[in-house]
Amino acid sequence: MIAPNTLRMEKSASPGLVPVGPPSPGRALLTVNDLHVHFVQAGGVTRAVEGVSFSVRQGQILALVGESGCGKSATALALMRLLARPAGRVVKGEVLFDGVDLLKLSEAEMRERRGRDISMIFQEPMTSLNPVLSIGEQLMEPLIAHLGMNKQAARARSIDLLTMVGLTDPERRLEQYPHHLSGGMRQRVMIAMGLACNPKLIIADEPTTALDVTIQAQILELMRDLSRRLNIALIIITHNLGIVARYADSVNVMYAARLVERGDADAIFARSSHPYTVGLIDSIPRLDRPRQGRLSTIEGMPPDLMALPAGCRFAPRCPHRVDKCDHDPSLVAVEPGHLSACWRAGELVTGALQARATATDALLSIGPATAPVRVTVQELKRHFKVSAGRGWFSGAATVKAVDGVSFDIRQGETLGLVGESGCGKSTIGRAILNLDAVTAGSIIIDGQNIADKRAREVRRRTQVIFQDPFSSLNPRMSVSEIIGEPLAVYKFEPDAQRIEARVQELLGQVGLMPYMAERYPHELSGGQRQRVGIARALALKPSIIVCDEPVSALDVSIQGQIINLLDELQQRLGLTYLFIAHDLAVVRHISHRVAVMYLGRIMELADRDELYRNPRHPYTQLLLDAAPVPDPVIERGRRPRVAKGELPSPINQPKGCVFSTRCPMATVECSQAVPALRQIADGHYVACIKVEPC
Amino acid sequence: MLTYVAKRLLMTIPTLLGAAVLIFFMLRVVPGDVIEVKLRGDGASVTQDVIDAERRRLGLDKPLPEQFTSWIAGLTRLDPGLSMWTGKPVVDEMSVRLPLSIQVAVMGALIATLIAVPMGTLSALYRDSPIDYLLRIFSLVGLAVPAFWFGMVMILLLLWLFNWLPPVIYTPFHVDPIANLSQLIWPALVVGIRYAAVVARMVRSSVIEVMKEDYIRTARAKGLAEKVIIIRHAMKNAMLPAITVIGLEFAFLMGGLVVTEQVFNLNGIGQLFVQAVAHRDFVLVQNIVMFIAAVFVFTNLAVDLLYAAIDPRIRYR
Repeated sequence: MIAPNTLRMEKSASPGLVPVGPPSPGRALLTVNDLHVHFVQAGGVTRAVEGVSFSVRQGQILALVGESGCGKSATALALMRLLARPAGRVVKGEVLFDGVDLLKLSEAEMRERRGRDISMIFQEPMTSLNPVLSIGEQLMEPLIAHLGMNKQAARARSIDLLTMVGLTDPERRLEQYPHHLSGGMRQRVMIAMGLACNPKLIIADEPTTALDVTIQAQILELMRDLSRRLNIALIIITHNLGIVARYADSVNVMYAARLVERGDADAIFARSSHPYTVGLIDSIPRLDRPRQGRLSTIEGMPPDLMALPAGCRFAPRCPHRVDKCDHDPSLVAVEPGHLSACWRAGELVTGALQARATATDALLSIGPATAPVRVTVQELKRHFKVSAGRGWFSGAATVKAVDGVSFDIRQGETLGLVGESGCGKSTIGRAILNLDAVTAGSIIIDGQNIADKRAREVRRRTQVIFQDPFSSLNPRMSVSEIIGEPLAVYKFEPDAQRIEARVQELLGQVGLMPYMAERYPHELSGGQRQRVGIARALALKPSIIVCDEPVSALDVSIQGQIINLLDELQQRLGLTYLFIAHDLAVVRHISHRVAVMYLGRIMELADRDELYRNPRHPYTQLLLDAAPVPDPVIERGRRPRVAKGELPSPINQPKGCVFSTRCPMATVECSQAVPALRQIADGHYVACIKVEPC
Repeated sequence: MLTYVAKRLLMTIPTLLGAAVLIFFMLRVVPGDVIEVKLRGDGASVTQDVIDAERRRLGLDKPLPEQFTSWIAGLTRLDPGLSMWTGKPVVDEMSVRLPLSIQVAVMGALIATLIAVPMGTLSALYRDSPIDYLLRIFSLVGLAVPAFWFGMVMILLLLWLFNWLPPVIYTPFHVDPIANLSQLIWPALVVGIRYAAVVARMVRSSVIEVMKEDYIRTARAKGLAEKVIIIRHAMKNAMLPAITVIGLEFAFLMGGLVVTEQVFNLNGIGQLFVQAVAHRDFVLVQNIVMFIAAVFVFTNLAVDLLYAAIDPRIRYR
């Protein structure tokens, strides 16, 4: 039992020898047949997975795609027999792995396969490792449990594994604890743990959703590379179609507990034959296409899995609905190897049915260059003192969260602020909202320095839309109380009746029904809650709205609806936005101008089209490279440059250009002086000494 | 770490000083003093001159700030003074009773931990099963039943079943372990069971929380045996909140054995404290309170250090 493993281990211990190539066609390693998973709770039975079938070959990368609650994670956990007990259970189906039905094994037999033949990588690297056990202890566990290694052998193998996943200084890592490592490094440890016993199959459940784009690219490149080299089958569960296009060989799209479309990646993207897939692909803003005026969206919400509609589950949201859709369509082939569960799949795949919505209107007018400036931020600095070192009298270190940032925003304009986590973009938002003191510099709103004004007046003029619509609304207040509260506090309306009328007006503006005023947040969906958050921000007629990642917690189809709403409101009411986000495509879609931040500084600032057409700063270029676009043909054509390393600690900022430690173009001069933000073309500013003005 | 301990020890000074100020002045607000209790206790008529002379002897005639500073000055020399009632050194009064009280508290804590940790864990792992219900009823009863009642029932049971009563005279453990235990095991059981009820509830909820964590799922996905998952991965994390409760309850036991000592007729710190208050023996009361405060402070410090030993994320500076 141990011998074949040791053989394979030797092969894997010499990384980089086997060339990376496409998967060789092999027999099916895992076959799932007609899987049904139910969650039994007090409120009823949730049919989380219904009749899902698929198979994976060795060395193949299969993607399971869908929005939250579609059953993709439940499918994965069912394969591993790790569904939450006692609520979750497989009620029907078989999972053949190497010819053995996993569902029929005893718990002990299953346990032997978990972590040895099949391993799983989870979404949250921050919480998926045990905080009180060292990396070494956690990494050696499966080796000792499954391969019967002794401590020395397990330790040696662990060092190999950490080297294989690209962690430097592996011996020291073994002694460290999870909190010593960054999210990206922890995910590498998770992958090393997954690889420990040379599994045949790895299931990765949203492995990079919690990570920044440059780290996401590193991790996924690593996983693809390992899968090809070691001939491991990989199931990637994701909602990100860009990832699917870049990495998957075969794609399964799930909607409301069922598979709705399956095919190889090219077929799924080029000839989508299910309206849901079409809708998903169309509703994300894209970096590889001209910017649309309006995003097409999937209207409505996914059905409640406790009370499912009869017939096709997508029919209530489908633009191509016909009478036949009252009956359940089954998953049938529309072309060889391409299956769809839609009555009109044939029409869709041949293009007879106009599936893609055309761009509905002309490009949004570019930045109103003549409009008055509403917000000016000058040389803004925000430094935090943190204690460093040991002992009583060790000095405090300074974290430069924001270090000399200047920009202005005009009336009716959206300034996009992009950057990876920790770059200081949210700190700027907080400073403008006057929620945080600034260390130096000034913020002028409507001609008045906010430091001179009473905080109350500044807060009326600046409003915020938060990232998480689930935790940013008070659960004990009704929608009308939430929206009406600022009106009452600021005596914006004279009496309760007028407040009520204004609340109704605001609800109308954000596309909510009047009766929703009496609802409480838990009765609303994520998209509806975010609309309430927007209405609340609008209530006081602010000068500027800071949108802090307003769509990143939402599902793809809902994200499009909210982006469109923000766009419409801006045109109708002449709103001014500071739009903070990490998604480059979303920022391009909504912004007039874009500032790219890195470690507290602006690296590049330009008009949206100029920036995306002609990115000059190496960091902007790397960010754009790292973001996958949902088109497998384009993705195959480019070999993305992957940013090396990780964001340095803001306590020990690199000398000179803060990006120099990760920059592919960096030379000695870069670490000597901090490059100033220079204008290299009209309105295009870059902070890099390597960039020549054009 | 050492600097942290040193810092924490320094910080105990203002804490204890605050406690000292509070207890000193609060005692002075209570009507009557030791001389009145002593000399006029049984309605005897004593002339004011005698009382004044006695007050002068005990230093009670001096201004309050002076009395306070001389007490604190004494404490810094590790000389807490003489009991106003018996005239014997406070150190002697307390050291006679201390071994008994400490032993009961330690045994109570041991019994509680031994009962509560397995019980809470079992209850959490078999959540909403008959085992869980049974254990939860036990812990509710343990919380609801007053210690004195439980103590009396225990004594009566011993008498009824074995026609035997625990000895009343304290024998140190090193002199005769059996005699020692046959006296102290019963009060330790009484306090330990209530203590266990508190801790078990904490252990249960914390194990339930920990078992929902992502890293437990990771451990399962690695194919580890359930036993390993619970002992290695869950218990270490789940013990953190439980340790806080164990520590707090222990400190409480050191000063809170009043009722149990009464029931079992034990001559411990608790009884000494009650007597001292009744006698308005300011010096003794002050010093007992200071002692209990110090126990609280140091138990907390010990708990915090234990935390750091278990959880590598906690590093004190």
